[in-house]
Amino acid sequence: MGDGLVQARDLRKRFGGFEAVRGIDVDVAQGEVFGFLGPNGAGKSSTMRMIACVSPRTSGSLQVLGMDPDREGPRIRARLGVVPQLDNLDTELSVRENLEIYGRYFGLPRRHVRAKAAELLEFARLTERAEDRVEPLSGGMKRRLTIARSLVNDPELLLLDEPTTGLDPQARHLLWERLYQLKREGVTQIITTHYMDEAEQLCDRLVVMDGGVIVAEGSPAELIERWSTREVLELRFLPEERPAAGDLERYAERVELLPDRALLYTADGERSQVALHAAGLRPLSALVRRSTLEDVFLRLTGRTLVD
Amino acid sequence: MAIEERVPATRLAPATAPGWVHGVLLVVESFWRWYRRNWRATAVSSVLQPLLFLLAFGLGFGSLIASRPGAEAATGGVPYLVWLAPALLAMSTVQSAAFEMTYPVLSGFKWQRVYLGMAATPLTGAQIAVGHLVWVAAKMTLTGAVYLVLIAVFGGAASIGVLGSLAAAVLTGAAVAAPVMAFSASREDEGAAFNALFRFVVLPMTLFSGTFFPVAALPAWVQPLAWVSPLWHGTELARAAALGTGTAGAVLGHLAYLAALLAVGTGLSVRAFTRRLAP
Repeated sequence: MGDGLVQARDLRKRFGGFEAVRGIDVDVAQGEVFGFLGPNGAGKSSTMRMIACVSPRTSGSLQVLGMDPDREGPRIRARLGVVPQLDNLDTELSVRENLEIYGRYFGLPRRHVRAKAAELLEFARLTERAEDRVEPLSGGMKRRLTIARSLVNDPELLLLDEPTTGLDPQARHLLWERLYQLKREGVTQIITTHYMDEAEQLCDRLVVMDGGVIVAEGSPAELIERWSTREVLELRFLPEERPAAGDLERYAERVELLPDRALLYTADGERSQVALHAAGLRPLSALVRRSTLEDVFLRLTGRTLVD
Repeated sequence: MAIEERVPATRLAPATAPGWVHGVLLVVESFWRWYRRNWRATAVSSVLQPLLFLLAFGLGFGSLIASRPGAEAATGGVPYLVWLAPALLAMSTVQSAAFEMTYPVLSGFKWQRVYLGMAATPLTGAQIAVGHLVWVAAKMTLTGAVYLVLIAVFGGAASIGVLGSLAAAVLTGAAVAAPVMAFSASREDEGAAFNALFRFVVLPMTLFSGTFFPVAALPAWVQPLAWVSPLWHGTELARAAALGTGTAGAVLGHLAYLAALLAVGTGLSVRAFTRRLAP
């Protein structure tokens, strides 16, 4: 894996007495979209900040673009694009000024930055708002501007920390489409998210993190195949009629009882449902769906991703 | 085809990190661009307020004491306004240092988070801290020059030496700005400590640094406080330049004190920025 853009071995990060990242191995190859999936506090952002060369590692080894962040931070950052979890745009400047000023931080010539800003405005569909101040823009527009800004230096590696948190579905889909376009152009991306649909949509390969360690690794399809069944039967019962897990287990390979519903993991949801009905069990509602990464996460950690 | 149109095509060779001084200048440039767009908002505090001081004390108060015997002796024989003006220059830079290096610095980390955006680029914490400091010094020079023109218009500039006063004022402002920046960069709260800073450090400093009356007029036990005050050193320097009253030893002493404060403050700021931007 010598040509990986990111290579981490037994990577750790400690803040005082709290170890946020507890020894992870990561390899990200050229051109892939790699994801860190996990709940808040799993250690995703701490890992991301170490890769972004804005947080020194506590121990372990880390190579980004073939260099050591401890020694060559500025040189690595010159070739990275970073979309932080919280926007840090200058809200008192215009959309265009934000792009141009950011480009200058990389030491890029003024003329180049002006041309680049014009292109990125198109890319982010913000050309019409170019001269407006950032302050009154919608969350989705600010996020698009932040992504456009991260591309101002033509990064070889793009780091996106929770890129769509807090956005409405339309804004999310537009962002996903832009990220997908970048992938087609060959920009390697690392994404953290606690949205399983985002991870499934965008990532070629991902690791599931929990409590500072990696609990599973693979493509979304591989992870689902390995850790879950093809289908899931979701049942809701009246609280007093709710059966124990043991009573449901004969109808599925595995059962998870959540506060509001029961999940039956089975290859054929329809068949399980018929069998349940034949046995006289009457749920308030029953829904057959395909397994998702949410189910993988539940299986691996015993907890849901978003609570 | 449609894709082709939207793909960003302007590219350069793989980026390298700018050199140390270049990086500092890029930070200065960024603040300059911000200022060009937003200068009106700060013009009031950086020019109008010092102008009011000039009118109230230089002209108003000055006319009151002009007729008093002994006033000439205290000012070394020059009109009160001429005596006061270099000190007001130094006071205005110190006040703007305190203003520029408190809430705006904390905002760079906490609210607007512009420092965090910069830190994701090749720029380092040290370059960001020094760049912001250099910008504030440049801005002090700019607004100080405007103030100096106003002073001259009202007759407060008696010699070309006031240009030296401006240089002394900028040095004093920077010497105050650097440690205040370090202080602000290490605040985790919402800036509650700044009020204490303004009330118990900046305000007494402006009152008891020999701006409006000679320090010698203070009770003997208070005078050592003035010697600690960077504004007193700056005031003495600014006056020495404008009135030609300084001795080489005293001037070197004041310069050394302010330079040391600037160096220590800059070192502390660099450390605070580096820690906070790369935890």
